[in-house]
Amino acid sequence: MSRIKEFNLPDLGEGLTEGEILSWLVKVGDTIELNQPIVEVETAKAAVEIPAKWGGVVTRIFHEAGTVVEVGKPIISIDTDPSSGPVPTEPAPTSLETQTTAAAAAAATTDTAGGEVEAGLIGGPAPGGRTAVLVGYGPRTTSAKRRPRTGTATSATPAATTTPPAAATAGTPAGTPPTASPTPAPAPVTRPGLVLAKPPVRKLARDLGVDLATIAGTGPLGSVTRDDVHQAVAQARSAPDLDVAVEAAPAVTLTGGVADAGTREQRILIKGVRKLTAANMVASAFTAPHVTEFLTVDVTRSVKTLEKLRSRPEFAEQRISPLLLVAKAVLLAIKRYPMVNSTWSGETNEIVVKDYVNLGIAAATERGLIVPNVKDAGRLTLPELATALNDLVRTARSGKTPPADMTGGTFSITNVGVYGVDTGTPILPPGEAAILALGAIRPTPWVHNGKIKIRQVTTLGLSFDHRIIDGELGSKFLRDVGAFLADPKTAMLTWG
Amino acid sequence: MAKGERDKAGSDVPAGGFVQLLTPDGERFDSATTADGTTYTVDFTDEEYRELYRDLVTVRRLDTEAVALQRQGELGIWASLLGQEAAQVGSGRALRPQDMAFPTYREHGVLYCRGIDPIMPFGLFRGVDQGGWDPNEFRFNTYTIVIGSQTLHATGYAMGVTMDGRTGSADGEAVIAYFGDGATSQGEVNESFVWSGVFNAPIVFFCQNNQYAISEPLERQTRVPLHQRANGYGFPGIRVDGNDVLATYAVTRAALDAARTGQGPTLIEAYTYRMGAHTSSDDPTRYRISSEVESWKAKDPISRLKAFLTKQQLAGEDFFGEVDEGAGKLALDLRERVLAMPDPQPVAMFDNVYPNGSPEIAAQRRAFEDYQASFEGSGH
Repeated sequence: MSRIKEFNLPDLGEGLTEGEILSWLVKVGDTIELNQPIVEVETAKAAVEIPAKWGGVVTRIFHEAGTVVEVGKPIISIDTDPSSGPVPTEPAPTSLETQTTAAAAAAATTDTAGGEVEAGLIGGPAPGGRTAVLVGYGPRTTSAKRRPRTGTATSATPAATTTPPAAATAGTPAGTPPTASPTPAPAPVTRPGLVLAKPPVRKLARDLGVDLATIAGTGPLGSVTRDDVHQAVAQARSAPDLDVAVEAAPAVTLTGGVADAGTREQRILIKGVRKLTAANMVASAFTAPHVTEFLTVDVTRSVKTLEKLRSRPEFAEQRISPLLLVAKAVLLAIKRYPMVNSTWSGETNEIVVKDYVNLGIAAATERGLIVPNVKDAGRLTLPELATALNDLVRTARSGKTPPADMTGGTFSITNVGVYGVDTGTPILPPGEAAILALGAIRPTPWVHNGKIKIRQVTTLGLSFDHRIIDGELGSKFLRDVGAFLADPKTAMLTWG
Repeated sequence: MAKGERDKAGSDVPAGGFVQLLTPDGERFDSATTADGTTYTVDFTDEEYRELYRDLVTVRRLDTEAVALQRQGELGIWASLLGQEAAQVGSGRALRPQDMAFPTYREHGVLYCRGIDPIMPFGLFRGVDQGGWDPNEFRFNTYTIVIGSQTLHATGYAMGVTMDGRTGSADGEAVIAYFGDGATSQGEVNESFVWSGVFNAPIVFFCQNNQYAISEPLERQTRVPLHQRANGYGFPGIRVDGNDVLATYAVTRAALDAARTGQGPTLIEAYTYRMGAHTSSDDPTRYRISSEVESWKAKDPISRLKAFLTKQQLAGEDFFGEVDEGAGKLALDLRERVLAMPDPQPVAMFDNVYPNGSPEIAAQRRAFEDYQASFEGSGH
């Protein structure tokens, strides 16, 4: 046994393949004790100190800090018996081991390249250069070497390893041949409404906005694979624009339904948020007579103001968008025209004008449209309002909006501009007298100070309940919101 | 508020208090009385105090060696008991020879107290055997990996103890089931509470509340202190300072005696802290802050007993040095024996399938042996 021992990087946490040397706690020439911490290594799971496996003198450190080392590769060598004089200058005792290691590594590479593990199985190659793994475990990059079989024709070159193993079992004793008759791949099973796909593939499809039901799976049992999803996305992108709009779009947006290839129709049960949305829209559209007015505004100053706000410490942690200024504009305008912030109460024969503003923000979520509101938004400072809006949207997107946040709204804003459209004619949330649509902000030729300049321009759309709000009131309200966005500083000084 | 059952006396004591006989500073209370009037105390000889200290130091030292062996690539994984020594030694020493224990995979300290060679679980963690032993011989079931399932095994076993008529006297048999705070969220644990309560099983549920279910903190496991859960199942629950070996011993001994004399189950919540990682595959710095760990260091179970022994002049530096040395020798011996564990032969997988074998398994075994012999260099 050699007195110089090499310590190989162990698998520190159930299936890891590599670790990064963070720092060495010893150097060459140091005398160390058993279990003395020698190196700090970070793996995919944890940063840990490794204690010395032997006491002795450090003779070599193989990798500098910052190096990523494969599990099983030497990182340090230790002279475990330094008291017995200098190390004899025999052929380096490690060279043989190194060769063996290299040979093993080469063999391992060959084995892997030969496809030892079937594609799709754990540890096997997966599409896109990935390796299929169990969740939480790194891919296995080495493989055990196997002794050759006795009496086997040694023609099994790496290139031939695609042949089933049964072909090379000539010398196998009778009774144990693993006779692998080529099993025909099972016919793809298609069941309407049930698409086979592994959870990561489902997530990928969801992330890319692809409906799995629209994809013909090529995996085992007709399951949809990662490649299938990527291919579907590529096809949708390369298809002519018109086709995308007409055919791909519905397929991409309508998830959760049952597709029928025969009728080329998809049937989606009306339930949940969709059902509620529909009921609200019908109730609102056919009880409150809607009027919608539009105003196109030069919001260049608002855009610049936003940039300045972003650099202020009060907004350091916030993501702020034009929606924030629109919200502020609305809140200030409501102060001057409180009737806009009211409810038609047919039952009591009253118009209820509210002294508080629960500002609703329409949010598209995975489950559908919801309009959570910021309670008493009129009392908030601008930074507080920014925080509240961000929280509202984040909570809505994560699907965790509490019911209380979705009731009691008094005025709402819908930011359809994020989808790139100019504006809309929104329908009032039930119980509210007005709703403002914010369109996309685009660089537009605009008359500014008597000259045509390129300005940031948007279109606002205000729908209101004509039972409560006359054209005059609605117009003044919309005009003031626009005036704020055209010159927020002056507006703040005047009305703030 | 009785001495030893202090409520919010300081940050050291959880809201609602717990049974404590030895403070982190090594102050000793004669007894602790709970709100329902139960008084807990211990009556150890000087030698017994010293042996408890030796137990604590030894199980910590063996655990430290195991952690090192894992980091050196000699164990696949290890679940460290660091910080929970008093909960394990206190309850383990409270067991009588006839009592039966059902551990998780972290009860190395209880295993040690049962007089079992500490090498025994290492085959499992080194991956060279199934980690099995004869539970009846050692009155200690095998380590259970699946969270909480051993509480059902223990409940069924305890019901059997009653049916066999081995309970109902001072010499009766009691059962103890170990689990953690995270396991209390499992259906198995709640089912075992139901069955044990309804059947008045002679069982002690010993929950080491080490504050984290891997990374999930206690407040996301429960709205009430865990020991209060017992009320809903109709048996008493009590919280003890799990870093106080004396209180843990006293409370466990009383609960076991209640069980063996036919008074049914008790839930003990040993309030402690996992100082290390959940297992060697875990990085606790990702989910808890260092100041929290530091605050628990001040409540260390070993240093408080050491302070007590020193103040009472029950032991001096000679003794402490001798204990450390002895533990170190045991640890080195353990290391050598772990490294010498033989790798299993592949054919060993057929060994323990059926107690008396089966023709089918025997045929498979022969075929596998022939298959192995078909490789070059298989001269043996």
